[in-house]
Parts: sequence; C-alpha cells; structure tokens
Amino acid sequence: MALAGRRDAPEPPDFGILKRLARDQLVYLLEQLPGKKDLFIEADLMSPLDRIANVSILKQHDVDKLYKVETRPGPGASDQFCFLVRPRVRTMRFIADVTCDEWSFYLLPLDEDIISMELPEFFRDYFLEGDHRWINPVARALQLLNSLYGPFGKSYGIGRCAKMSYELWRDLEEESDTEGQGRKPEIGHVFLMDRDTDYVTALCSQVVYEGLVDDTFRIKCGSVDFGPDVTSSDKSIKVLLNSQDKVFSQIRNEHFSSVFGFLSQKSRNLQAQYDRRRGMDIKQMKDFVSQELKGLKQEHRLLSLHIGACESIMKKKTKQDFQETIKAEHSLLEGFDIRESTSFIEEHIDRQVSPVESLRLMCLLSITENGLVPKDYRSLKTQYLQSYGPEHLLTFHNLKRIGLLTEQAAGETLTAVESKVSKLVTDRAAGKITDAFNSLARKSNFRAISKKLGLIPRLDGEYDLKMPRDMAYVFGGAYVPLSCKIIEQVLERRGWQGLEEVVRLLNGNEFCVSDSAVEDNPAWECQRVILAVFLGGCTFSEIAALRFLGKERGCKFIFLTTAITNSARMMEAMIEAKA
Amino acid sequence: QTGYTEPWLELYSMEWGLREDLRDCVVAAAPYGGPIALLRNSRRDKTPSARPLLEIYSASGLLLASVPWKSGQLVHLGWTAGEDLLCIQEDGTVLVYNLFCEFKRHFSMGNEVLQNHVLEAQVFHTEFGTGVAILTGALRFSLATNIDDLKLRRLPEVPGLQKPPPCWTVLAQDRVTMVLLAMGQELFLLDNTSCSVLVSPAGPSGVPGAPRGARAVLRLDGLGSTWDGGSCPCPWMGWNCWDLMSLPTQPIPRSRCWKGSWKEIMEAVGCCQVLAVGPGATPRLEQPPHPRFVPIPAEASQEIFRIASMAPGALLLEAQKEYEKESQKADEYLREIREQQLLPEAVGQCIEAAGYEHEPDTQKSLLRAASFGKCFLDKFPPEGFVRMCQDLRVLNAIRDYQIGIPLTFTQYKQLTIEVLLDRLVLRRLYPLAIRICEFLRLPEMQGVSRILAHWACYKVQQKDKSDEEVAQAINQKLGDTAGISYSDIATRAYDCGRAELAIKLLEYEPRSGEQVPLLLKMKRSKLALGKAIESGDTDLVYTVVLHLKNELNRGSFFMTLQNQPVALSLYRQRIEGRVAALQNALDEFYKAKNDFAAKATEEQIKLLRLQRHLQEELDKPYLDLSLHDTVATLILDGHHKRAEQLYRDFRIPDKRYWWLKINALATRGDWEEMEKFSKSKKSPIGYLPFVEVAVKHHNRYEAKKYAPRVPPEQRVKAFVLVGDLEQAAEAAIERKNEAEMSLVLSRCSPGTDGALAERLNRARAQLLKK
Repeated sequence: MALAGRRDAPEPPDFGILKRLARDQLVYLLEQLPGKKDLFIEADLMSPLDRIANVSILKQHDVDKLYKVETRPGPGASDQFCFLVRPRVRTMRFIADVTCDEWSFYLLPLDEDIISMELPEFFRDYFLEGDHRWINPVARALQLLNSLYGPFGKSYGIGRCAKMSYELWRDLEEESDTEGQGRKPEIGHVFLMDRDTDYVTALCSQVVYEGLVDDTFRIKCGSVDFGPDVTSSDKSIKVLLNSQDKVFSQIRNEHFSSVFGFLSQKSRNLQAQYDRRRGMDIKQMKDFVSQELKGLKQEHRLLSLHIGACESIMKKKTKQDFQETIKAEHSLLEGFDIRESTSFIEEHIDRQVSPVESLRLMCLLSITENGLVPKDYRSLKTQYLQSYGPEHLLTFHNLKRIGLLTEQAAGETLTAVESKVSKLVTDRAAGKITDAFNSLARKSNFRAISKKLGLIPRLDGEYDLKMPRDMAYVFGGAYVPLSCKIIEQVLERRGWQGLEEVVRLLNGNEFCVSDSAVEDNPAWECQRVILAVFLGGCTFSEIAALRFLGKERGCKFIFLTTAITNSARMMEAMIEAKA
Repeated sequence: QTGYTEPWLELYSMEWGLREDLRDCVVAAAPYGGPIALLRNSRRDKTPSARPLLEIYSASGLLLASVPWKSGQLVHLGWTAGEDLLCIQEDGTVLVYNLFCEFKRHFSMGNEVLQNHVLEAQVFHTEFGTGVAILTGALRFSLATNIDDLKLRRLPEVPGLQKPPPCWTVLAQDRVTMVLLAMGQELFLLDNTSCSVLVSPAGPSGVPGAPRGARAVLRLDGLGSTWDGGSCPCPWMGWNCWDLMSLPTQPIPRSRCWKGSWKEIMEAVGCCQVLAVGPGATPRLEQPPHPRFVPIPAEASQEIFRIASMAPGALLLEAQKEYEKESQKADEYLREIREQQLLPEAVGQCIEAAGYEHEPDTQKSLLRAASFGKCFLDKFPPEGFVRMCQDLRVLNAIRDYQIGIPLTFTQYKQLTIEVLLDRLVLRRLYPLAIRICEFLRLPEMQGVSRILAHWACYKVQQKDKSDEEVAQAINQKLGDTAGISYSDIATRAYDCGRAELAIKLLEYEPRSGEQVPLLLKMKRSKLALGKAIESGDTDLVYTVVLHLKNELNRGSFFMTLQNQPVALSLYRQRIEGRVAALQNALDEFYKAKNDFAAKATEEQIKLLRLQRHLQEELDKPYLDLSLHDTVATLILDGHHKRAEQLYRDFRIPDKRYWWLKINALATRGDWEEMEKFSKSKKSPIGYLPFVEVAVKHHNRYEAKKYAPRVPPEQRVKAFVLVGDLEQAAEAAIERKNEAEMSLVLSRCSPGTDGALAERLNRARAQLLKK
C-alpha cells in the first residue's frame, strides 16, 4: 500500500488446497468405517459437501445411499449409518448412540478470492442471541489459513467478535507452536470486521450485477438456479457463478446499467467470430472447429443465460418500482426528505408489496436516523402488524435488540444531548459520555460517521458508472460502503491513527497488531495481499467495492466470510416464523 | 437302533375310541399336523331323527370340540390353510367352522351346483389360499380357487363322461388351476377352456403343459403337484391325504382307495415325506389302526443308520457310544474320522440327523455324539447345534399327545415359528405358546405380548363370567406389558356385544388417544368427551368435538353442546384458549410497561373474537388472517358493510384502507362498487392508484374513467398508462414539461403516431428554445 502508483494486483494464493484438505479428511473419516454405509447429511451441508466431494467420490468409499438427516432409513438400508451434521441440538434428536468424529471442515473456497464458512446462522446466533459457539471455528479457520498462507504480518480489526476471534486465534497459535516460520508468506495482512460495524451497507439494494443476481435469485454456495423465465425453456439450470465463467467474470462487478451494453457488445463480437467462418478454406475451417468452436459455443450459452437473467431482473424490478425504492434509499443515506421517505415506506407497507422489503426499508430508516421518532416507530409498526400479523411483535423485538430498528428515546435525541455536553466539556470527556449512552442503547451514529469519512460523494455532474472513480459506484455513485471505507482508511494509515473519532462512534473494540516475528519486507508480494474477514456475513457489493479498490491500489483482497449475505437474508434471520 | 425296519412309525395311539368304520364317516385331516374332523353316520343312517355329531379331534385323537350336525346333507369335509373347517353340503353350500366347531360363515358354490347337487368335492390349496372343487350331479366340475375371494368357475365338459370318474384331483400350478381325472385307461386334463387327453391307452400324448414323462401324479396336501419320477418338485411336504396314480404302467385305480404297498408308495414318492393318517380322509391304505408316519429318511439319517455305515456321522456316533462305555475303541473311531479330516462333517451330520428323528432318545444320542465330536474341533460354530437343540425341544413339546401337532423338522422350518405360534394360539394353548416364546427369547412385541393380547381377546368372549371378573383377570395377567393394546381388546369385547366390558377394559388403557376413538365408535360420545377432557390433550378434545360436529346436524350439535356446558366451553376454547394466552401476554406487557405491544395484543384479541364470529356467521375460515387480509377477504366476498365496520373499529388508516379496498374490488371485478367508492369522498391516495389497479387487471375502459381525475402532475403518467397518447401529449404540452414530453414520445410508434410525435417534437423544440 505504501507504494503509490498503479501496479498490477498480485495473484491470489491457491485455495484449492483447502478443498483438497477437506476432501482428504472426509475420505479418511469414511475409511475409518469400513464396509457399506449410508450417509445422512444435514440439509445445509448438502451444497458445500457437493463442492468438496461429489457422489462418485463418496461411492468410491462405500457410501451406499445418501439421505437427508431427517429421513428415516427405508428398507434395504445398510447396516452402518454415518451422519454428517453441524453441532446442533435439533439435529441430534434424529441420532442416537453414535461415536463422534470431527470433520474439521471450516472453509469452502467459493471462488479464487472468496472463502466462505457457510455458517448463515452465525449472524443470528452471535449478534442476536449472543451465542459464542461459532467463535472457535473462526479462530480455527484463521489458524489454518495462517499455517497455509501466513504468517500474517499485520492484523487489524474492529468489533467485539473480531477481537475475541483474534485473541482466541492467538491463543491457539501459542498452544500449537507449529513451524510455520521460514516460509515465504502469501498473505500479508488480515482485517477482521463485525457485521454490526456496518449494517447500512448490508441493508442497501444491490446494483452491481453479482449482488443483483443474489438479491433476485439467491446465490447458494457459489451457484444459482436459473428458473424457466431465465433459461426460456421449461426447466431450471444450475449455474456455477465464479471466475471460471468467462462472461460472468467480466460483468459481476459492474453496475447493472452497464451490464446490458456490455452483453450486447459481447454478443456482437461473438457473432463476428462465428462469421469468420465464411471465406475460410478447409484447413482454416478445420482449425476453427477443433480449436475455437467449442469455446465459442460455451460462451454463447453463458451469454444467453446472463442476458436472460438480466431481462428477468429488469422485469421483476420494474414491477416493484425499483427506481422509486432506490431513490428513497438514496435520500435515506444522504439524510434528505426524511418525511417523504417515511411516507414512502408507509405506502410500501399499505400496498403489501413485500414483508421483507418493508422491514428492510424501516431498518434502513432507523439506522441512518439513529432510531425512529416515537410517533413514526409506532405507526409503522402498527401498519406492519396489521398487514402481516401480530407475531411480528417478536420480529420487532429482535430487531430492537440487535439495534436494527430502534425508537429514539422520547423527548431527547442523543445527538442533541451530545452537542450540549460537548460545548461544556472537552471532546475527550464528551466521547466518554457518548460511549456511556451508546452502551445503553446501541446507536449507529451513521450520519456522523458518514460525514467524518465522506461516505456520500459530492456530486458534480453525472456519475459515470462505466468509469467509476471510487467505491461508491457499487451503489450508483450515491454511497461509499462504510465497511470498505474503514478498511481502505486503516490500510492507508497502517493503523487506526487519525480515526479515533470514527472508532468512538463505532463503539470501539478496534485493534492493530504487528507480528514482530515476521519481517516487514515491503518488497514482498504478500504485503499487497489482504485477507478481509467479515464476521456475520458480507455482501457481493462489498466484495465488488474492495475488488475495485484492489485494482486501483494494486493490491489483492481475499474474502473470508461466515456466509454470503444480503438484506433479505439478514431480515429473514430476524423474522419470527409463524408458529 | 437298528434303523428303519418298519416302514412307518407310530405317532400316537388314537384316543378317540372310534368304533365305526371310517369308511362310514366323512373325515378330513388338516395338513401340518392339524386337527381331524369327523362326521359319523352321515350317509348310512338317513333317519332324520338321529342327528350326527360333527367332531374335531387333535392329530392325537383328543376331542377338541363337537357339535350336533343340524344342517343339510354333508358331502365332504376339508381344512383351509388357516385351519378352518369347510363343510360342503349336497346343495353346494359351504359352511365354515373354526377349530372349536364354532360357526363362522357360509357361502354357496352357485346355482348350477344347487340344482345339480354335489356329487363329490375336494378342498385344495394354492398359493393364493384355499379352494373348493365340486363335481356336480351333471358330471361337470365347478371350482373356486380362493374361498376368501370367491370367484366361481365352471370348467368345460369332459367328452364321454357317463359316470363319475373313479379318480380325480385338482392341480394348481403357476397360477393355473386344472382338474386331472382318470377314466378307464385315459387321463384327462381339464383347464378353463378345454379338456385334453393326457394319457391314452396308446401312451402319453404330447399335450403342451403336461408333465413330461408323467409316471405318477401325486396330490399332496391338496396342493396338486406333478411328479415326474426324478426330483421332487413338490413345494409342500405331504400330509395325510393323497392320491396316487401310477401311470401308465400300473392299472388305473378303480377307486380312490389306492391299494399298494408302502414300498411302492415310498418309491413313487421319492424323497418326499408322507404322513398318512390311517383313518384319514379319502384315500387310505388298509386302514391301519393308528396314524403313521412314513419317514423317507433324510440323507444324513440314512448315512448314519445304514447298516455297517462308515459315514463320518455313523463313526462319530459309534465313537461316542464306546466313549460312554469307557472303551478305547472310541479313540479308534475318532482317529479314523480325524484321519480323513471329516470331523466337522461328522458333527454336522449328527446334528442334521437329530432333526429328522422322532424319538427323543435317538435325538439325544445323536446330539450327544455331535457334542462329543465338537470337543475335538477348534472353532466349530456353535449356532447350528444350539438352534437344533432349541428346535427339537419345541418340536417334542408340540408333538406331545396332549398337544398333538406332529410336525416334522422340515415342516416346522417351512411353517416358521410365527405361524406355529399362531396355530397354538388358535388352539388356545396360550401357556405353551408363551413358554415357547420365552424359551426362544422372542422379542416381547412379537412373542409374549402378542399371545397375551390374543388370550385377552379370547377371554372377553367367555360369557359366563361377569364383566368385572373378566376385566380384572385380564388386567392381572397383562399388567403393563409392553406392546399390549387394551383398546384392541376392548374393541374385541365390543364386537362380541359386551360394551360394558369394553368400557371397563378401556379404563386400563393408558393412552387416552386410544380410548377415545373406540368410545366414539361405541357412540359413547359423552364418555369420550369426558376421557378427552381428562387427558388434558386439547387435540383429542377437538377430535371428539369435530366428530360430533360431523355426526350431528348443526342444530343438534349445538343442542348437545348446550346440554354439556363443558363441551360448549371446550368448543369455544379453540379460540378462547388462544385468547387466554394472549391475555396473559397482555398482562405481562402491561407489567413491563410496553404499551405498544400491549395495545397490539389487545387488538389481536379483539380481532380473534371477531374472526370467530365471522367464521360462524359466514361459514368461511377467517381465523389466523391478519387484519389486512381479514378486511380484504370481507370485501372480496362482498361484505362491504362489515369491512367498513372493521375499518372503523380498528382505526385502519385511510390510506391503507383505500389501497386495500380498490385492490380487492379490482380483484373481484366489481368496477361499479369501485366507481361508487371513488366518489364517496376525496381519495387520500389520489386517483392514479385507481388507474394503475384497473390497468393491472387489464381493464383499460375502467382505467380511462379515472385518468382525468388524476392531478396534473401525474396526469401524463396516467394517460400513458391507459394508452391514451393523444391526451398524454396534450397534458404534457400544457404543462410545458420536457421530461414528460420525452416519456410520451418514447411510447409513440413512428407508423401510427407520426403526427402526434411531430407535434410533441415541435413543442419540445419550442420549449428548449426558450
């Protein structure tokens, strides 16, 4: 980072090893049970397992049949059962009298720069329930990555969970005293961040292509099911979305408005390549068929899929007044026309557009405004309950506890008190008082942070989304994702100096530790490889923003997340299902 | 132990003290050591006053039951596979009795049989069940292959049949049932469609499907099977009734009593085992006084007991005997076996042979020999030996004349222990069955519990004991044994007409869920309701209430509930229970000073009560809908007044109510009401939503009505929506709004709206100029 000027970002390390490690360990465990066996898998482990070891590998190791863990074995079942489950109480009731072994599978590389722990429940378990059980896996994951690609020279982080995970990991390292030293590290920095540091970004509608696809079709474990409306046939197609997909890799990080243009350009190019066939002699034709045609056909197939996806997204979004929603969102982020946005949300609920969407907008309003005014809070809640039933009282309770949808304390807004106080005493003391308030009721302080960090770009003229100038492009030029901005700032300053005010507004818990044992050699490539760890999930928009930043700064971001998330997933984690 | 010098083995000396000649009785013995049915004096003594006795004996001749025969002329007796007695009367009626002469049911073999009368009949067994074949007075065959699924079939005529054939039998093979009959020098095969000659004096003819090189046709146990002299294809081990025809070298038997020597039979039968109950059913030998068993020795037995046999088993047996005599010859014999390394075979042979022996002493000496030989073997698997000991104990126990089920080892294996237990239960030999279960350590659910349950079901039929006594006796014996369902026993009691006993038995049923259904079936709904309430299981209560609701008409249902205040309140509880829970929540919310949640809860209680009311009144499910959906459903069903009431009662915000109402009206297609509504007062949401909703439901005509009422700033959009570009353009030009002009322009197609586009372009240019 120290080096100015644009350099090519380094290649990411090879994460295929992670996959092979997980597979070898699974095979080892299966071989501990000689003979035919049936494998019972928990539903949410199905897709990850598929990415690690496919059915034929399982069959090779005497797995006879595969069941979901809830199913009872039918007749003709093998006499050995093997259960592959997460440690959860509710699954244990299907299983009795077993010997346990641990399959230490923490990390699933989804792409060349994304590793997921596939723990979607992390978000609710930790942030809502205060359950610390998943911190150990995080620490172990860090330990594994450190031993394979480290040692990491410098660790930064912000958030309580980040701090705990970091400390537990250091403890583990001390206990294990592995000989990781002497190897040339491949990852230089690690940055840990709690999701609650930045809820705003996760709540925004995504407009980069990959994010939109996730919002619209739900990307599961790196692949998506494109339904009949996309494939324009009568069956769904499962598509793996990663950098191997030549078309996708070029558009995934683009703002949606430029995707169509790109795709049509691409299809014209493709047509041109097809057209070259005319006027070829036999030899050229032979070469063409043997070398290029297959690639072209493959590309053609992908192209038509993504065009179909775009059309389907357009259709859905125009139906829901997407433009209006985006407009409302932007004014919330900028803090203009709050009244109008509130009535927009009210109408949104009244028209019963979508329960999850309405909830998301309410949360966004609350978090950008440091809580809702009591009158609005009550009326919106009443409207929502009338629409979707009283059981959502519990949903609202959850949202309040986690700090996503809160009510401003009656009579005084915190900022008002704060400003009064700060006039009387020194900044430092004021900070302490605010901290005290914050611990009483979690305040997002979004507006203040946004001002401090300049998250809302000043607009002079049209923002050219095709040639983005900063990370704000992932939200149509209206907002730089807070999480990414923090990472950028900290890396730039090589620490938290100068960000004290922001840290205070973010409730602290920041840290920055250099490993003295590791040489700080700026010449090493690894100095430009940063592992960004999101505890509680990260969105594709954030990934796109940091990829952009990496390109700009000549460095490479690797993402480790407990799961890929988006606004809908976050809301659904909070909603109390009908009993 | 000199082997088999006698060709048969006497099983029992019959206890029945029969004075009559069996020839004068109608007799049937059931397969697999089953009971023997006997009707004395049926044919000879035709005086109506003398009622003949129908008697059933065990295979050892113990009288199981008897009943005076009051029905018509009996022609034939036969047993089903499930040990029911079939009594075939002359008029073609078949009466079914159980083992204890208790009448079960009857069926008829059809009109044709009724008219022509039964001349002869046979009961036969197929893989589907038990069948009956009739030879009528018209010399035609009628048969039903499965009496449990009665389908009568009349076989074609046999050409040239002038008198009853001297010998005929039913063959069931590969799902086809045929009749084989002998007449003179010829043998006919009669199937569904035709009659073919199988063997003529000239020799076997080549009828397809006929047993190749047929020399003998055996009917074993009614399960017809052909035998071609070599291997034994008989799937069923033979029992006591058989026909044997030796063809064509032997003369065709004149009567169905085939005369021949045992030796010949044995040769003919080959490897089969045949048990002949001497005074058996139709065919018999020279009427030996006792049931005899003709053992065709298994290979193992033959090997061992052959005179001067040098088979390893035989040597081992000798060795053991010498060992007992403390003679050194034991060692010699043993060494001889071991030198040939045949000791495992020797032990195996002895174990196997023990199974085929009937004398416990012989069994013991063989097993002792096996045990002796085992000592000299490493790792000889003990299971076979142990199982044989167990099996023999069971077999010896049931062969006892008190029990009288003389099964052979092979039969026992074919029958399986489960079926054997069933048969013991059928004979009401509960203690023995339980003893066997315990001895074989069968799981309780399959073994002891099941038998106890059967016992209890039998017990409830004992009418001489009071309900109280029976119930107590049953509970004493059964206690809390796992797998016993008191409700099943109670059901049986109810089926026997003992409702009071059934209720008493139900008292012992620990699962209320099991009590209630039977009580409902017994139409004791009051009691059922009581039990359900007692159980504290609300689901059960609703089961009863719903049952009542379905059973009774609306009026009497409520009358019943009115008469039973508990039930009425329970019916209400369906909602009231939830209301109560909400009320608790409400109190807690107040305590916590959470006014908002308290109010929301209060509203929900109000809504639930209202929904119940609506549900009862409109007969449509309203419960569990949100307030919004409740109102929407009301409007969709045209209950506008009620919807209005809810809107006021729950203080639904105007905007919501308008959105809700126009959406619902449009869905309902009630455009008239919508127009009325739009004029009722000034719309709080404007009139663009009216246009949008109408367009969404593809009604442009209606949409157009509202477009002019849309305020100017939205009017262009409204006109574009309804497709009136002309008006849209006009409005846009009037408003001098460039963006709106562009919007309209983008909708203009160059072909049809050329003039309009030009006008717009001009206006826009003018605007830009300024």
